[in-house]
Amino acid sequence: MSQKDSFVKFEKVDKSYDGEILVVKDLNLDVPKGEFLTMLGPSGSGKTTVLMMLAGFETPTSGEIYLDGNPISSIPPNKRGIGMVFQNYALFPHMTVKENLAFPLEVRKMQKSEIDEKVGNALAMVELQDFGNRMPLQLSGGQQQRVALARSLVFEPRLVLMDEPLGALDKNLREQMQYEIKHIHERIGITVVYVTHDQSEALTMSNRIAVFNDGKIQQISSPDVLYEKPNSSFVAQFIGENNQLKGKVKSINGENCIITTESGDDIQALKINVNNNGDSSLVSLRPERVAINSSENFENNFEAKVKELIYLGDHIRSRVEVCGNDQFIVKIPNSYMGANLKEGATVKLSWKASDSRALDLN
Amino acid sequence: MNQAQTASGPILTTDGIPLKVSLKKAERINKIRAFLLVLPLLVFILITFLVPIGDMLARSIDDRQINTVFPKTFEVYKKWDRQGLPSEEVYKTMFFEVKNSEGYQIGKASTRMNYSKSGWKSLLKKSKRKFKKIEEGPYKEQMIATDKRWADPEYWKALGQMVDPTTMGYYLNAVDLKYDSNKDIIQQKENRRIYNKTWIKTFKVSLLVTFFCLILGYPISYLLATLPLKYSNLLMICVLLPFWTSLLVRTVAWMVMLQQKGVLNNLLVMSNLLADENRWQLMYNQTAVVIVMTQILLPFMVLPLFSVMKTISPTYMRAALNLGASPLHAFYKVYMPNSIPGISAGCLLVFIIAIGYYITPELVGGKDGQMVGNWIAYHLKTTLNWGLCASLGAILLAMMTVLYWAYNKIVGIENIKLG
Repeated sequence: MSQKDSFVKFEKVDKSYDGEILVVKDLNLDVPKGEFLTMLGPSGSGKTTVLMMLAGFETPTSGEIYLDGNPISSIPPNKRGIGMVFQNYALFPHMTVKENLAFPLEVRKMQKSEIDEKVGNALAMVELQDFGNRMPLQLSGGQQQRVALARSLVFEPRLVLMDEPLGALDKNLREQMQYEIKHIHERIGITVVYVTHDQSEALTMSNRIAVFNDGKIQQISSPDVLYEKPNSSFVAQFIGENNQLKGKVKSINGENCIITTESGDDIQALKINVNNNGDSSLVSLRPERVAINSSENFENNFEAKVKELIYLGDHIRSRVEVCGNDQFIVKIPNSYMGANLKEGATVKLSWKASDSRALDLN
Repeated sequence: MNQAQTASGPILTTDGIPLKVSLKKAERINKIRAFLLVLPLLVFILITFLVPIGDMLARSIDDRQINTVFPKTFEVYKKWDRQGLPSEEVYKTMFFEVKNSEGYQIGKASTRMNYSKSGWKSLLKKSKRKFKKIEEGPYKEQMIATDKRWADPEYWKALGQMVDPTTMGYYLNAVDLKYDSNKDIIQQKENRRIYNKTWIKTFKVSLLVTFFCLILGYPISYLLATLPLKYSNLLMICVLLPFWTSLLVRTVAWMVMLQQKGVLNNLLVMSNLLADENRWQLMYNQTAVVIVMTQILLPFMVLPLFSVMKTISPTYMRAALNLGASPLHAFYKVYMPNSIPGISAGCLLVFIIAIGYYITPELVGGKDGQMVGNWIAYHLKTTLNWGLCASLGAILLAMMTVLYWAYNKIVGIENIKLG
């Protein structure tokens, strides 16, 4: 792997706090320069620990972390030159916005004029020129977030870490900030490692997403691949909405296989990580890929009973019973056709074999 | 058209009652309920705290006691021009009031008169006895014949300090001043100047105790606030343990520790760090007072510090480190400024308690370690000079008020946090 491809490199990193449980297991990860990498996972999956090891607040129990080719495990956090945005911003409450921004520059013993210029630029970057003399607590959540972002960038670090920085904001502001962070990243081309448990945030912002569970990376790939082609049932479940049909492998035919559900229905599916006939498997299927009463030709066609209809404005979420699963969700666009469904009605569901992915059962 | 009217006139509710009136009505019941909730405590404080304090403060300037014993004498005394000796009339009224009054009243009055001119007490005691033999006037000569002091104008002039129902005499006493016989303010005699020294000592000890409490309490509070809960609870118990032990037991324990043949000195001598004849004098002096009071008052520093530090998010330090500050710099620039409310509260609390402390200096202070509190207790119990007690106490109170005011000006009282 070339130098450019591994600006940040985790090599066989393990981390345990108590000597009994590994919170990070054999982590190998390469982040190329300029990439926006998101670590996504449920709480307790080890993603924040990984970030803290990179920032220097935790030391790896074994293994080594490299930054720009140099091992950094023995470098204290204040010498690493890595910017960080903390979950609750960690703006110093006794300093004004300007003083907060000047802090990293002052500890680097920069000239007063240089500090003023850089602080001014940083404030301009996050469009808070008029707020320099305010105290952090006088700012709204979104403004504080921007100050925290500016502070993490003002000393021009090589790498910025963000630990669920948008978690405390309301939904609209969060979405707006997602775009702002994304645009700043694109503009200055800095490497970002971002931690979140919010999958839509991860999908919006990232070049690549690493899905963590149980101290391990389950899958690392670009957002579209992660959504369209999850390679484990955990990832399929964690990212986006997902229908799961439980069954056993009946036969395998090259890239495809047939899964027999407990109700005796045969489903045509892509073989992802099932290997032998008779293995247990979960067939994963996105709700938006299921057609209702379609006249087109799909590999899978089943009768289903409508159990519940939930009106959601732009679409109608319908829970149906199919192949023995009564938690099967189908999204019906609120067009002329969808409006005619009644609870208790019997409909025909169909989907492509390539949209149903036979995954291992874990 | 209506908008302009509503904007200028008072806003009305739907019933047409002005909004403010309606709001007041709605909130009245809440106010009454709140008042009733605090009423028992209010009454309790009023009776057991405010009234006695008011009474004490009044005593510090009250000089009526003696006026009730010699009302007529003071009446005629006021007409005297304070030259030479008073007239026969003054002597005569004095004679009858001494002769006819009850013994305990003379006692009370003479105690007060002795504060202004020592000698009055014995003079009155003697005269009360001798006056019985005098049947008729003129009285001036006969009185002088019983005791020469009746002819000393100093005694008569001293009475002038007691004519007014109020006096500043006690306050003057409390700072080593007094009235002379012409009612001018002068310094006490050299060998009777004790209070100014005591005031300075009290301040010194209180400041030292506050300082050591801060130095010792800050790190432990930091540890308490940052340790995981299971360890910090244990540590907290250790800090609070002294609270569960009687003050006397702790003080006596220190006496065992610190005296010349005590544990500490013995250990030092045994380990040859100290020659036997050079044992440290750690007991019955100011050093002992500072050591023991620091230990006793430490929790009062730790608790406010801890409760403030608990609210300082550890991410502040992390953020400061992450931004490139060395741990020391991060602590100085980020952690400490955020802990100032706790420092202020702790220091103010310890200082206020220390400055009025009594029992520890009494037990371990010896002669050198006596503080103002000890003098108050001494006058309260031994000399029964309550006026002086009250004035010493009032000066303490005034000092604390000034300190509090200055603190509010410099740091701001909203910066104080006890939790």
